[in-house]
Amino acid sequence: MPKDGGIGASSKRREDVRFLTGAGNYTDDINIRGQAHVFFLRSDVAHGTLSNVDVTAAAEMPGVVQIFTGEDFAEVGSIPCGWQVTDKHGEVMQEPRHPVLADGKVRHVGEPIAAVVAETLEQARDAAEAIVVDIDELPAVVNMKDAVKEGATKVHDDLTSNLCYDWGFVEENKGAVDQAFKDAAHVTSLELVNNRLVANPMEPRVAVGDYARGDGQHTLYTTSQNPHVIRLLMGAFVLGIPEHKLRVVAPDVGGGFGTKIFHYQEEAFCTFAAKACNRPVKWTSSRSEAFMSDAHGRDHVTKIELALDKDHNFTALRTDTYANMGAYLSTFAPSVPTWLHGTLMAGNYKTPLIYVNVKAVFTNTVPVDAYRGAGRPEATYQLERLVDKTAHELGVDPIALRRQNFITEFPYATPVAVEYDTGDYVATMDKLEEMADIAGFKKRREASEAKGKLRGFGVNCYIEACGIAPSNLVGQLGARAGLYESATVRVNATGGLVVMTGSHSHGQGHETSFAQVVADMIGIDENMVEIVHGDTDKVPMGMGTYGSRSIAVGGSAMVRATEKIIAKAKKIASHLLEASETDIELKDGAFSVAGTDKSVAWGDVTLAAYVPHNYPLEDIEPGLEETAFYDPSNFTYPSGAYACEVELDPETGQVTIERFSAADDFGNIINPMIVTGQVHGGLAQGIGQALMENCAYDSDGQLLSASYMDYAMPRASDLPFYDVDHSCQTPCTHNPLGVKGCGEAGAIGSPPSVVNAVLDAMRSGGHDVAHIDMPVSPARVWAAMNG
Amino acid sequence: MYNFDVEKPATIVDAVQAMTREEAQPLSGGQTLIPTLKARLAAPSVLVSLSGIDEMKGVCKDDAAGRLCIGGATTHADVMREAADHYPALASLAARIGDPAVRNRGTIGGSLANNDPSACYPAGALASGATIVTNAREIAADEYFQGMFTTALEEGEIVTEVKFPVPEAAHYEKFLQPASRFPLVAAFVAKFSDGVRVAITGASNDGVFRWSEAEAALASNFSADAVGGLSIDGSDMINDLHGTGAYRAHLVGVMTKRAVAAIS
Ligand SMILES: Cc1cc2nc3c(=O)[nH]c(=O)nc-3n(C[C@H](O)[C@H](O)[C@H](O)COP(=O)(O)OP(=O)(O)OC[C@H]3O[C@@H](n4cnc5c(N)ncnc54)[C@H](O)[C@@H]3O)c2cc1C
Repeated sequence: MPKDGGIGASSKRREDVRFLTGAGNYTDDINIRGQAHVFFLRSDVAHGTLSNVDVTAAAEMPGVVQIFTGEDFAEVGSIPCGWQVTDKHGEVMQEPRHPVLADGKVRHVGEPIAAVVAETLEQARDAAEAIVVDIDELPAVVNMKDAVKEGATKVHDDLTSNLCYDWGFVEENKGAVDQAFKDAAHVTSLELVNNRLVANPMEPRVAVGDYARGDGQHTLYTTSQNPHVIRLLMGAFVLGIPEHKLRVVAPDVGGGFGTKIFHYQEEAFCTFAAKACNRPVKWTSSRSEAFMSDAHGRDHVTKIELALDKDHNFTALRTDTYANMGAYLSTFAPSVPTWLHGTLMAGNYKTPLIYVNVKAVFTNTVPVDAYRGAGRPEATYQLERLVDKTAHELGVDPIALRRQNFITEFPYATPVAVEYDTGDYVATMDKLEEMADIAGFKKRREASEAKGKLRGFGVNCYIEACGIAPSNLVGQLGARAGLYESATVRVNATGGLVVMTGSHSHGQGHETSFAQVVADMIGIDENMVEIVHGDTDKVPMGMGTYGSRSIAVGGSAMVRATEKIIAKAKKIASHLLEASETDIELKDGAFSVAGTDKSVAWGDVTLAAYVPHNYPLEDIEPGLEETAFYDPSNFTYPSGAYACEVELDPETGQVTIERFSAADDFGNIINPMIVTGQVHGGLAQGIGQALMENCAYDSDGQLLSASYMDYAMPRASDLPFYDVDHSCQTPCTHNPLGVKGCGEAGAIGSPPSVVNAVLDAMRSGGHDVAHIDMPVSPARVWAAMNG
Repeated sequence: MYNFDVEKPATIVDAVQAMTREEAQPLSGGQTLIPTLKARLAAPSVLVSLSGIDEMKGVCKDDAAGRLCIGGATTHADVMREAADHYPALASLAARIGDPAVRNRGTIGGSLANNDPSACYPAGALASGATIVTNAREIAADEYFQGMFTTALEEGEIVTEVKFPVPEAAHYEKFLQPASRFPLVAAFVAKFSDGVRVAITGASNDGVFRWSEAEAALASNFSADAVGGLSIDGSDMINDLHGTGAYRAHLVGVMTKRAVAAIS
């Protein structure tokens, strides 16, 4: 039965009222009196030496306030990287300087060379055209394998090569893994590309810098998923502003998908320029700029091999991946192909021996970093494509082969350093088989064939690690941050609550689901709870939202703070009721004495806390406000099984998705409707990656897919009506809500089943194609089927 | 955008006069020109808006020669509605251009003047053997399209009307480029009592063209089978992210065959 409030209820998203009626307050809605506008002059070549940047004529143009070039930032820090990976030889990664404005060299198309601050944006743009820039072009480094060859042109002259790191995981296992391959009855290998993507949140990035000369306070309004992280990185490492003099506000944010986690040059620029010009300075990215300046996602080239014994048990797995870092290290870039990827290579299977090698490579392209799923989609795609290929080579049913190798006992320690606390892969696969109506497939295929079409069916499983992350563990792995979360619960005198959470909502619906949790714990109406986020002056130091961590980590902090509130409220209630604290029970918003009919309402207690006339002042302080910081003891491990059914037009290569089923295990669920919505969005992005999206560069480092004319975003008409189920629930064992997180699952879990289904369709038409790379565009399908 | 003046004439005569101003350019629906201006890829000093000229708008069906005459400033949405009875294939072409916003602003004159190698209207006009009427003269479609983004229009010349002979049967088959949803390749097949015309857009580096082999085959045998065996050389065709020349050449055959199948 659907509940009508609290945990488990499909409460309507309260934030949608403002989003859908134009009452949101996005960063671009913020306009400060006296503000000037900045236009960034960006490089149109991928690689070159800046021999001359002359702003003399431009500075005389109408409306110009000030023009900045790399030289103005000589004393300013490098845009920092938040994660240091140690390679297989025990050496730390190569870490280049990342200047706010290009300094001596340009290293990718879109890199800012100069910034013009002017009265209007058009004036800034006019002046930017008058800047004289001379660039001595250098050969562009684009292909990763070429980039790491002897004698390759270097992206960074002061590094030894274009190799950022060569990571081996688990290095000690390598010998045993190689031996297992020698002993194998069967080996399947596969080479594949995980296509580069552009995140394309609906709202482009925006930054507004403001500086109060009177008290030396800086404020940055920015489109961020984690304002405290920006405050720390920018304040401490780039601009040298102490945190107490810097406020970062991320108001309503229109989608992030990872690309708004990172600290970008434009944020540092606007903060810096606001003081330098003594004017608020605003930048709003155009869509064209977004394509060449937002961190991209994915871009791995992988060879993966699976060893099996004669009974088809997986005995070892070995991978060799080239991961594109782009021209500079974006905030979390080094962690994505390593700790968010290598640790997931066991997937849902009890493969005893695994070795993962990742070479991270610098190229003359936009920096690459986390995008919805970050590392886990890459792991899932390789593994689930490989298992499918193995099944076909062996002539066995792909589902049966998966089932045979499933992990069935929990907790399970994988050979890649993580321990799954709980899961039930058999249950999600059972559910999936029912949803996908496998029995009816034959009929559906016949119907397609009668129309001259081919029909294919594909499945995959997935596992992900969410609830990022135990701070002491990630510290050992190279994180330069803690990954706890915070919450302050402030109860007002009249009983309403404000929760100030370090998580950030940029579409996820936290204002609704977080309120459900607190309301449920106290037994009051959800509308008595307000969720505040996104302002470093309001909320305690928090790490923000990414990696499906908000409910698992931020929600846990909120639960802990609410528990403290309830404990103190019980003390007050026991005083008011003249009973022992241990006899006080809280139910439906009232405190009662066990076994009696004596009770006080929630509001009586909260009022007493702030009007402490009858109050145990000798024992406890007045007021009712508590803060908690929660540091998880493990990751959470959502998992599931997905099935895709496609129809393929053999004449044109056009693939359409006819059915898509997703059976997920997210542990306990706060708001089923919101969870379904998250899965829908994730599936759209996963299917987009599989069929349509492709960020492509030519060999000169020019971005070919630089607008929506060439970058294919999925639209509603490209997607089927999904069949989504999350009734299989194995609650997380180590957080108070038993939740696992659901934000990335759809994007992680869907690409392999789409590609598996396309290959199945081609096989049914007599085309035994072993692999096809994403995006599976009509042109590629046609080429694959026609040699 | 750079600064420019705007003129909004109410008659063709006034528009032609306004076009004599230095660096003047016509503005019709703006669906191509405005993005170009925003990207600062064009810098006209005067925009002569055609959208206030009533005599350039609307679909007229009482042409003496039985042609369907469409004013140069008629929007795709209006053609979609008003040509539906008379020339359904053309109405259907208009109905599949872009999205509703594009169709409510974009115009036939703008599309034909621009002659994008992947645009829809050039295929409709060429296959129909349409006549492009300007303020100065009438130009047969076969002479009008002169290569990618190139037409017979002279400096300052305005497309005021397009006259379409209405075929016995016609069909426009469009295969979408996945990102832009312009045609990756599209075929317009028009069957007249005295012959068949087949125009292909999206494929060639030279813009829209007539596929004469298919026309000849269909003239003697108007059936999908007649074109099923034909092939066309893709080595000079557009080769980009979305498809090679060989793939486009293949699609030319498939789209033509499907267009024929839809009407035979
Ligand atoms: C999102 C999107 C999707 C689209 N999809 C398609 C599609 O699927 N198929 C397709 O064919 N098109 C498509 N288009 C293009 C659309 O049809 C345009 O409307 C058309 O190409 C230009 O017409 P316009 O009236 O907007 O012309 P404008 O943009 O105003 O002008 C275009 C050019 O023609 C000149 N011009 C305009 N009118 C005249 C005239 N009467 N005489 C002489 N010169 C003139 C202008 O000076 C300019 O150089 C799409 C456009 C967009 C934005």
